[in-house]
Amino acid sequence: MSTKTFAGTRPRRGVPLIDGIEKVTGRARYTADLEHADALTGRILRSPHSHADILRIDTSKALALEGVIAVITGGDCPHTYGVLPVAMNEYPLARGRVRYRGEPVAAVAAIDEATAERALHLIEVEYRVLPGYYTSEDARAPGAVLLHENKPGNLEREVHHEFGDWQAGFAEADLVREETFRCAEINHAQIEPHACLADYDPLQDRLTVQSVSQVGYYLHLMLARCLDMEASRIRVIKPFVGGGFGARVEVLNFEIVTGLLARAASGKVFMQLTREETFITHRARPHTDIVLRIGMKRDGKITACAANVVQRGGAYAGYGIVTILYAGSLLQGIYDIPALKYDGYRVYANLPPCGAMRGHGSVDTRHAFECLLDRMARDLGLDPFGVRRANLLKAPMFTMNGLMVNSYGLPECIEHVERASGWRERKDKLPPGKGLGMACSHYVSGAAKPIHWTGEPHALVNVRLDFDGGVTALTGAADIGQGSSTMVAIAVAETLGIAIDRIRVVAGDSAVTPKDNGAYSSRITFMVGNAAIDAARNLKTILVEAAARKLEAKPEDIESGEVFRVGHGAQSSLPFAEVAKAALVDRGAITVSGSFTCPPEAQGGKHKGGAVGSTMGFSYAAQVVEVTVDDALGTVSIDKVWVALDCGHAINPLAVEGQIEGSVWMGMGQALCEETRYLEGLPAHASLLEYRVPTIAESPPIELAIVESNDPLGPFGAKEASEGALAGFPPAMVNAIAQAIGIDFDELPVTPDRVVQELVERRRQARLQQSLKAAS
Amino acid sequence: MHAPSERPRKRLLRVCVNGRWREDAVADETLLVDYLREVAHLTGTKTGCDGGECGACTVLVDGEAVPSCITLAVRCEGRQIETIEGLAKQGRPNRLQQAFHEKLGTQCGFCTPGMIMASEALLRRNPHPSEAEVREALAGNLCRCTGYIKIIESVVTAGSEAA
Repeated sequence: MSTKTFAGTRPRRGVPLIDGIEKVTGRARYTADLEHADALTGRILRSPHSHADILRIDTSKALALEGVIAVITGGDCPHTYGVLPVAMNEYPLARGRVRYRGEPVAAVAAIDEATAERALHLIEVEYRVLPGYYTSEDARAPGAVLLHENKPGNLEREVHHEFGDWQAGFAEADLVREETFRCAEINHAQIEPHACLADYDPLQDRLTVQSVSQVGYYLHLMLARCLDMEASRIRVIKPFVGGGFGARVEVLNFEIVTGLLARAASGKVFMQLTREETFITHRARPHTDIVLRIGMKRDGKITACAANVVQRGGAYAGYGIVTILYAGSLLQGIYDIPALKYDGYRVYANLPPCGAMRGHGSVDTRHAFECLLDRMARDLGLDPFGVRRANLLKAPMFTMNGLMVNSYGLPECIEHVERASGWRERKDKLPPGKGLGMACSHYVSGAAKPIHWTGEPHALVNVRLDFDGGVTALTGAADIGQGSSTMVAIAVAETLGIAIDRIRVVAGDSAVTPKDNGAYSSRITFMVGNAAIDAARNLKTILVEAAARKLEAKPEDIESGEVFRVGHGAQSSLPFAEVAKAALVDRGAITVSGSFTCPPEAQGGKHKGGAVGSTMGFSYAAQVVEVTVDDALGTVSIDKVWVALDCGHAINPLAVEGQIEGSVWMGMGQALCEETRYLEGLPAHASLLEYRVPTIAESPPIELAIVESNDPLGPFGAKEASEGALAGFPPAMVNAIAQAIGIDFDELPVTPDRVVQELVERRRQARLQQSLKAAS
Repeated sequence: MHAPSERPRKRLLRVCVNGRWREDAVADETLLVDYLREVAHLTGTKTGCDGGECGACTVLVDGEAVPSCITLAVRCEGRQIETIEGLAKQGRPNRLQQAFHEKLGTQCGFCTPGMIMASEALLRRNPHPSEAEVREALAGNLCRCTGYIKIIESVVTAGSEAA
């Protein structure tokens, strides 16, 4: 008989995901795959109007239909919900007023789908239609009907920040240039449609909800609030989740509706949204208009920057206040900007609410900034790389708006992509229609101040020593494909010096795992990673003491790992399982906790909104994009991307590569083809055919490099790796197009029709000039 | 007892799923994906869209990659159907599954079953595909996580190891 022993140290190229085999064999259970043959089918009735008062709802005919168990409306839930405690203005089912087309109005639980569908048709709703606003301009126009009575001008939030003497900065500049940019609303389009399974036990008054959430903890809180239940009666479990990208950071209406239906029906309800409904639930990057002004000295040094940003936030608050704050605060933290003026406006409109999407708040303003930097470099006859180098930060430092920068690998990133792309040799020798462009970007490694401020540690991990010599790490952190559970396993294994396959990770079950603030703002590696290391260290202390007793040595002389030894002596040694037994003899069971809290100095400036953008550390990225533009068809092809990202330290290089490639590619989708569109509030792109996500056929090779700046506070020196590279793609591409065909695009995405329109306009202007010349 | 108002027309469907013949009463309008997931309880095959948009539901019918969300189950009478669950033999992932695992061709994993089945069809007709051939074969399968880089790497690697 052969026994398989735990073996091997972590290979430096990284390790495959610990749940990868489940995914490739089809064994992984996502929410829709959970056993639900005995569940009722939940369906949602949605508003056919963009903006209307609800005068009357009659559900009696639906309730009378055989097979219908429960019908609920806004009358069944008087509580608002939302991700920000200061801005909860949304009901799971509309009460009194609908504010976007597709907003949930009523819901049904029935014995099967056909019955549920029939019941929806039997619900009578009488509306009084109000004017709908689909652009920021229309919503802000004088006399516009207010979506929310307490928000004059349909403004959710205005932000006005000034740092340094920006007027003097512009005055001393050799060049001041202002440009207007428009970035289309885009969607996460994660491949898994939304789904939820809720099971209510009326005898014990307990509710179990399994959902696609990135933050089970918020879902838990909002279910308790909206169902008026004690939180301890609720259990939230995260099954496998088919992508998030921010779509599932906020609690979503269908999750609460499923919970409400389960209780109303006293049973189990399964809700699966269609792809169209998944699009309507939205919560992604808002349409953003940016007027950006930069002042620059002749050598490329920035003297001042002023940004005016308007985000069309949709019908409800959601994450909006944070998004508009991020758009301003993350203008900083990447370059040395001595003076800054920021004016931000988050606007309500009769469209599905926007929310957080990968690179939350920072992507569109970064796009504008990096495009304008390039254009000013051209005006001044400077190299795009040179302009970036003229404005680098010197870490450690704090920015004017109070952001802490401890590690800064941007210079190395810039260096790398310049060399790898052959920029200097190739840039001016490219054939017509081809261009190279570059840009830099950054992103936070976790928001340093939690949204739900409780005073508790920002991350907690429990590590349990099992009787069988196994180690189980328990975390509330949601693995949504980014590999966070694998990261936890590596952090624990490295700290204990044991093989990764000795470790089990249990994640995302409120009955078992400690509370976690969830998968948002790329916080998990930094915060949960540090907490996992802390927990493993605490366990190591116990193990070393037990080994010392057993080996009759001093704890400080013990070397720990798969085998515990005294010094280097092989004579007196104990395998891990024996040490575990020795440790358990005294205590019976051992579970230790580890925690992490961001220190106060990391939590941002003292000004209003100063916490947004604050973080333990920024990731930094630089990229070069090579394009070919077809000047007949207007198509832009991406030939290749070179990217370098400073993630501090790559705990799992394989996963870091995957994150960098995925984020660069997602930036490409936004730059090239992704755009939601509404016709009088009706989503026109609510399918994966109309909402154009790049396919494998048109996706370019991405050559990447990982830069390790070793952040002094990061776990093993690590920072985030999932978001920082996204924002650099759109400006690098637009800068490359400018080089290829000499046209600056101010609007995203750069679709073929927009390219053709500009080319036609240029030819028209050329002809006009020619005829004027001939006439004179 | 409640009885559905309209009783859908059903017929006895005989298909071979992952090497096992089975017979089930199936309504004419039942889609192959729903048959596999709800009747055969093979939930590895995913529904990612409202019909024919994303490729997550790709299975093999007589060896051909087919989107099961726009295929009627009753059209598969007498045919061989293979799903992601049928690829691993005695708990051992096949070469594609192993490559997707080791090369990180899967992140969230939701597109993965469809992606692997489409790749499986490719490797059977072309055991050593080039990168361009992989791109062509998988053009109907969307992934939102990987940027496709490691998917291409996985399929090419599996192809280079294939007999």
